[in-house]
Amino acid sequence: MAVALDAPRTGRPRGGAVARPRTIRYVGALMTTSLSDRACIVGIGETAYCRAPGSGKTELGIQLEAARAALADAGLGPRQLDGVMPFPNLGSAEELAANLGIANLRFAATVHMGGAAPVASLQVAAAAVVSGSADYVLLPAGWNGYSGRRVRESVAVDSSLLPGGAIARDYYLPHGLTAPPQWYALIARRHMHEFGTTPEHLGAIAIAMRKHAQLNPGAVMKDKPLTMDAYLASPMVTAPYRLFDCCLETDGGAAVVVTTRERARDLRRHPVAILGVAAAQPYPADEITNRKDLFATGLTLAAPRAFAMAGVTPADIDFAEIYDCFTFEVLQQLEETGFCGRGEGGPFVEGGTIELGGALPVNTHGGLLSEAHALGMSHIVEAVRQLRGDGGERQVAAAALGVVTGWGDFGDGSIAILGRA
Amino acid sequence: MSEAVAIPRPLPSRHGLAGEFYAWCAKGELRFQRCSGCGTWRHVPREMCAECGSVAWAWERSSGRGRIYTWTVVARALHPGFAADAPYAPVVVEMEEGVRLLGRMVDCPPAELAIAMPVEVVFVAVAPEVTLPRFRRT
Repeated sequence: MAVALDAPRTGRPRGGAVARPRTIRYVGALMTTSLSDRACIVGIGETAYCRAPGSGKTELGIQLEAARAALADAGLGPRQLDGVMPFPNLGSAEELAANLGIANLRFAATVHMGGAAPVASLQVAAAAVVSGSADYVLLPAGWNGYSGRRVRESVAVDSSLLPGGAIARDYYLPHGLTAPPQWYALIARRHMHEFGTTPEHLGAIAIAMRKHAQLNPGAVMKDKPLTMDAYLASPMVTAPYRLFDCCLETDGGAAVVVTTRERARDLRRHPVAILGVAAAQPYPADEITNRKDLFATGLTLAAPRAFAMAGVTPADIDFAEIYDCFTFEVLQQLEETGFCGRGEGGPFVEGGTIELGGALPVNTHGGLLSEAHALGMSHIVEAVRQLRGDGGERQVAAAALGVVTGWGDFGDGSIAILGRA
Repeated sequence: MSEAVAIPRPLPSRHGLAGEFYAWCAKGELRFQRCSGCGTWRHVPREMCAECGSVAWAWERSSGRGRIYTWTVVARALHPGFAADAPYAPVVVEMEEGVRLLGRMVDCPPAELAIAMPVEVVFVAVAPEVTLPRFRRT
C-alpha cells in the first residue's frame, strides 16, 4: 500500500535546496505499530466567522452547525458517527451526541492541550478508528470568542482554566502576568535578545496572514490590508507584542470527521490522509519561567516523530497551517518544526517566504491572526481544503503535502502531516 | 511599603507550599526549596526533586541577587486589577542560585530594562497577609 505521491517535485526550492523527486516511503515493518497513512480526514465544516454583533448562537449551536456541515461534506449521517472528541472546556460528548442523534456513541475523549487539542485529537481519533474503538470520529470546536467571555478575562478570574493551574495563580497572576500574550511575550523578548529577532520579523508574519485573508471571502480581516507602517504603529499590548501581533477574538467554529483509509474510499469526498501525527508537552509543561530551554515546546519533541512517521522531511512540505495565537509563536513553531534552524526564524519569514507564491506558504486562510479564531480546527479544515485543491484564489499550486500545527497552554504542541490519499 | 488597591487583584494561595514561600517573603526573606538529596535549588515549589527523585528538601535562603533574564512591558492591563499600574513590567530574574523568579521592578522605568541587568529582591505588601517579592536595580 505505497502512497501514490511519488511524482517529481517541481519548483519552489527552498534554502538553496535543489528540487528533486520525492517519494513517501512505506516502511512495512512499522505498519503494525504506526498510525501512518491508516486514517483519513473525510469531512470538513465551518460556520461563518464574525465579531460584532456576535453569532447570535450558543457555543453548542455553533459546534452543531460546524459538525452538520462536516458530516454533510463527508456524506455521513449522525447515526453512522460513533466517536466524538469535544474541545477542552467547550462542551461535552453527551450533549453533542444527544443533539446530533449519535445513538451509538462508543468513543469519547478530550485532549487537554488548549489550542493544540484539535491536531492532537487527530492522533487519538486515528488510533481510535484504526484500533476499531470507533468507525467515524467527530472533532468539533467552536465558541463565542468575541461576544462571549473573553479569554483574556476568563483565565484571570478562573484559575481552573489556567495552564499550570495553581502555579499560575500563585506565581504569575499576583505580578500582573495574567493572560496568554503576556506569558508568551517573555519568550519572544528572550528570542530577540539571543537571536536578533526584530519587530519587523514579527510584522512580516502579521502581514503575510493578512495578505492571505484578502483571498478568503470568509476571513474577518478581508478588505482590511495591513502595511508594515500600520503594523509598527499599532498600539503595544505587552511588549514586544503590538495589537497586530495578537490573534482575533471571534465567534464561530469548525469541525472535521476522521475514519479509516478503507472506509474513506466509500465516502463523498476525496480523503486526506493522516501520514504523520504527534503531540507532546514542553518540560515542565506547567511552568514557563524555569525551563532550561525557553524555546523548546511540545512541538520540539513532536515534530521529528511526525516527520519520521510520515517518512518525509520539512523540505518536502508544500504549505503549513501554523497555530498563530501570536506572531512570535509562528516564528517559534517554524523553527521547532524544522522548517528553519533555531534562531533563524526571523530571516526565514522575510521576503515573502511564508506568503502564497513563496517557498512555504503559511496560514493560507489568514489564520487566527486574520481569518478567525476557531481554536485551531480551522487550520485543519484549511489544510484539507488545500489538499483537495479547493483553495480557490488562495490555492497552493500542486499542493500534495501539508503540515498543521497546534499550540496550547504553556507551549503544548501538536503536528499533523497530511497528504492527498 | 504597601500599595492601596481599588480593584481586587489575584493573590497567591496562603496554603501549602505557596503559603510557606510567601510566609518567608512576609518575614523579609527570599527562600527557595533545595533538595537534600542532590543539592539542586528549585522554584516553583514542588513535592519532589525532578533531578534525583528525593522528597527531602529544605527552604534555604537566597542571596536575593540576580540578573534579568527576560521581561515584558504590559502596556494595556488584561486584568482590571492592574489597570492603574500600566505600563508595568513583569520581569523574570535568574537568581544567583540558578532558579528564576518572576516579579516586577520597583524602581526602573520600562524603557530602561535590559537583559542581564543586575537586580536584588525587595518585598512589597500587597494585601494584609500577602507580601510579594519584587526587584530593584543594584
